[in-house]
Amino acid sequence: MSIDKIWVLAESADGKPITTSLELLTQARALAPTVEAVAWGADTASLAGTLGEFGATTVHDVGDLGGALPGVPVAAAIAAAVAAGDGPDAVLFPATYDGRDIAGRLSAKLDRPVLTNVVGLESVDGGLVTQHAIFGGVQVVNARFTAEGPGIFVIRAKSFAAEGSGGAPAAVVAAPVPELGATNSARIVARHVEERTGPKLDEADVVVSGGRGLGEPEQYALIEELAGLLHGAAGASRAIVDAGWVPYSHQVGQTGKTVKPTVYVACGISGATQHMVGMKNSKNIVAINKDQDAPIFSVADLGIVGDVHKVLPKLIEAIRARG
Amino acid sequence: MNVVVCVKQIPDPAAPPSLDPGTNNLTRAGKLILDDSDAYGVEMALQLADAAGGGEVTLVSMAPNGETSGLRTALAMGAAKAILISDDALAGTDALGTAKVLAAAIRRAEPDLVIAATESSDGYTGTTPVQVAELLGLPSITFAKKVATADGTVRVERQTEAGYDEVESPLPAVVTVTAGVVEPRYPSFKGIMAAKSKPVDVLTVADLGIEPGEVGASGARQEIISVAAAEERQAGELVVDEGDAHERVIQFLEQLKVL
Repeated sequence: MSIDKIWVLAESADGKPITTSLELLTQARALAPTVEAVAWGADTASLAGTLGEFGATTVHDVGDLGGALPGVPVAAAIAAAVAAGDGPDAVLFPATYDGRDIAGRLSAKLDRPVLTNVVGLESVDGGLVTQHAIFGGVQVVNARFTAEGPGIFVIRAKSFAAEGSGGAPAAVVAAPVPELGATNSARIVARHVEERTGPKLDEADVVVSGGRGLGEPEQYALIEELAGLLHGAAGASRAIVDAGWVPYSHQVGQTGKTVKPTVYVACGISGATQHMVGMKNSKNIVAINKDQDAPIFSVADLGIVGDVHKVLPKLIEAIRARG
Repeated sequence: MNVVVCVKQIPDPAAPPSLDPGTNNLTRAGKLILDDSDAYGVEMALQLADAAGGGEVTLVSMAPNGETSGLRTALAMGAAKAILISDDALAGTDALGTAKVLAAAIRRAEPDLVIAATESSDGYTGTTPVQVAELLGLPSITFAKKVATADGTVRVERQTEAGYDEVESPLPAVVTVTAGVVEPRYPSFKGIMAAKSKPVDVLTVADLGIEPGEVGASGARQEIISVAAAEERQAGELVVDEGDAHERVIQFLEQLKVL
């Protein structure tokens, strides 16, 4: 068994490949001699330069989906290539909303298992071995597929660093979508872009997150304010997302986003394993919590035992005063 | 409108989780409870059936040892009945194998809508609902933060990186809901009493016409090679706030050149 060809799902936003896809291309170069990308959209050709620079020689262009959700048609196009004998030995998916949909659809279509929440991928004895952080990142599991490929891997953001290889623009080839029928009948009828002033949560240099210790939803404004002053992004624990205080897109943790900022500031977050797995690899962690025994302090470089309602307003005021 | 909700019964998240040293499967000994993530789907289904002017909510679940305690919680919330697939052959089943089992059970219920959480709180593979949809030949809309149905169509606000999309699909369809989509009700005393006598149809893999080799550890076609302790992060400085701890935070941020 050897890994000759890897495909990477190149999801794009604002006309550019997303960072996680570039991270996956970077790692794929170390694992296989041939790396190719799969992309969709009205102008896939405009991605070819960046994808080539990160190591893709070819972009398989699924084309404009015309309002369909990507899950069904993109998986069908990949499955068709596999059926035709042109498929890869492995497909790497970013753990995004659409990446997970496509991977799941592809798995069922091809009758191949998936490995998700992958945080490391390496080549061992000619096969691919995954790493998964479990139980809040306390343990690391190594796993592999035992049967015929292609292997389907869904990989979390920030598992690898994205580094260009200086490759030439990728060649764009069409990846036709077969006739799909009722399965492909969900349609996007309107898109809503929510205003975001700072950087993206999983790309921010500073992340300020709030949890149940804030006491009430209105207090989340303190988190947003501090994040804004530090030019960072505002995150949240699962507890307050579940409670409906903030949207799911802010959630940091196992069932949310993985972040690795320069500084992570956890405010009123106790540090459930669910949360820790998403942030414990931050370069520096500051925790503010009134419970001295909160697990979050076991990973914090600076722990403040105090009431967020007292510490945060003073912190905000002091940073403001600096101008 | 008849709605199926896929629910998972999981070990109590408050207890420290562990892997079985022999199989490396997650230990599921002891009482299992309804996954918190699934309470939102159950509530959503109850509200949608109600808004549609009637219909039943059926739970579909796969669990070892005929476990029903989590199902009883969802039945107490108001679901009408449950289909539970419990079979020794299912030990070590992966996400795709689980999807095969759930899809076969859902087919029996002939629902207008299938609801699931985006992922479970214990295994969190996060692909099973979409795999179910593909196996049933149904459209799917994942990561719903709002769901409504009317005239044979489901309309969803789907979470995106940038905000949300309004997505429509004809029924039947599979929808996964994020936490916070609705506020799950607490089971009433009356609900808890009624749940005790609600029907739970317990099926085996053979009852569903699934070959044992399709599921279980052999059907998973993946293996854990090793489990190791992760590098531990050390706790740093701890400061008890006496009114000026914010100054220490500012110093720290200055050192990192964030300020």
